[in-house]
Amino acid sequence: MSEAVPPWAVVILPIALVSVAVVTVGFDAVLSAAAVRGRPGSLRELGFRAAAPLREVLRLLVQPSRRTTAADTALGRIGVVLVPVAAVLAGAVLPLGFRSLSDPTVGIVWFNAMEALAWAAVWLTGWGPNSALSLIGGYRFLAQGLAYELPHMFAITTAALGAESLQVGEVVAAQDGLWFAVWMPVAFFVYLLSAMAMSFWGPFGHPLGRDAAGGAAMELSGVDRLVFLGGRWLLMVVTAGVSVPLFLGGGHGPLLPAWAWTLVKTALVLAALVAGRRLLPTLRMERYTEFAWLVLVPATLLQALVVAVVVLNR
Amino acid sequence: MSEDIVFWVLAVLAVAAGVMVFRFDSMARATYALLLSLLCVGGEVLLLGLDYLGVVIVLMMTLEMAIMAVFMVMYMMNPAGLMPMSMLHNKKGAAVICVSVFAALASGVLLARWPARRGGPPTDPTMSLGMSLMGPQMLTMVTLGMALFATIVSTVVLATRRGRYDRFGDDLRTRPADDPVPGGGGR
Repeated sequence: MSEAVPPWAVVILPIALVSVAVVTVGFDAVLSAAAVRGRPGSLRELGFRAAAPLREVLRLLVQPSRRTTAADTALGRIGVVLVPVAAVLAGAVLPLGFRSLSDPTVGIVWFNAMEALAWAAVWLTGWGPNSALSLIGGYRFLAQGLAYELPHMFAITTAALGAESLQVGEVVAAQDGLWFAVWMPVAFFVYLLSAMAMSFWGPFGHPLGRDAAGGAAMELSGVDRLVFLGGRWLLMVVTAGVSVPLFLGGGHGPLLPAWAWTLVKTALVLAALVAGRRLLPTLRMERYTEFAWLVLVPATLLQALVVAVVVLNR
Repeated sequence: MSEDIVFWVLAVLAVAAGVMVFRFDSMARATYALLLSLLCVGGEVLLLGLDYLGVVIVLMMTLEMAIMAVFMVMYMMNPAGLMPMSMLHNKKGAAVICVSVFAALASGVLLARWPARRGGPPTDPTMSLGMSLMGPQMLTMVTLGMALFATIVSTVVLATRRGRYDRFGDDLRTRPADDPVPGGGGR
């Protein structure tokens, strides 16, 4: 199904991911500003509000970095850099239309492995500065990971099961007629939840919570902060993007070309995630952990069973 | 040629990171040095053409080491390595054991009469791995799964100080349960 891509696509992929992330951040900033200051008066003001994150980027670029006593700078830096790196590596299997940078036979497992690196990254970022609240943030993310990772794995396994392949291209091909989101709603819903949890964002922003003065990102400043928080947006873009080939039929759709369908669907998923942040309160991890293990794990297992039975009877 | 280069880079990195596990004072650094070593091993497995096993090694080891770091920090003295300490114990005994095991294995490599290769690699190693696990090795995997599960349950039972009488009161009727950290299930 998937076609070969030219070598320059390796350079294009991070640029494309960053562009989508910038647009999403701008959208989020417009919503934030509208919630605080009311509707924008003019188109110019709207643009000004949407550019707020870019001004923040410039500010962070020139901000002098803050140091803490006896920090483990090496580990902290590795953690910070690992967040965007993991996101881009996970994006390698992300198809635009029917083309992805690489479509290995175990693409879904690869995606899962790369996002697992983000687990380690946030803990390392929290550990690095030798600061109590920052470390608490790191530990919170590990607890969050224990809650979301298992239902998430079952959800993506279900998609692979429906296509009888771990290859992302094959999963897209299997959704030529019916999208997986339609007959695997539980898996899709759990996937969206874990997409937010994985990018520790919105209702799952507890690891960076205000009650811990910013948690894992508390001591980060300047470029470190930019890379870490930017990497978080990249993670969200990639997880939202992968939901399209796994559950929403990838590039399949009438009239529009495949790449356009991919973009439209990704934009809709991202909009849903951004809206989810505004509608849902921050969850404490002990609450989500119990819910995940008692409700989501059995629900995703049942979903996988249903899909397995359907696939066996095909 | 390029495969050889990748092999040697990963191999040297894996061994070097493995050595650093014992050189670092900080438990966090030791754990993540071990993770680096294991990731390189995962890369070597990928190089063998076993895509699924390689990526699963990367996945599982990352998750495992992230959790293990918590326990290393929890149980070891001086977890951040801010004071000098050593991870080495019983140096002489360990050296003797290591040298003799290495000598035994190395002589085994040299002395064994290796069979010539029969057959070729399967076209889809992931598929044949799955068929093997779900076919001839099914009994092994099911037994293993049950044993692991029983271990997890019994470890939790042994480790927890609270039982149902602590949660639900002497007559087991307190609802919701009296937990120090209430969860989200409302039980």
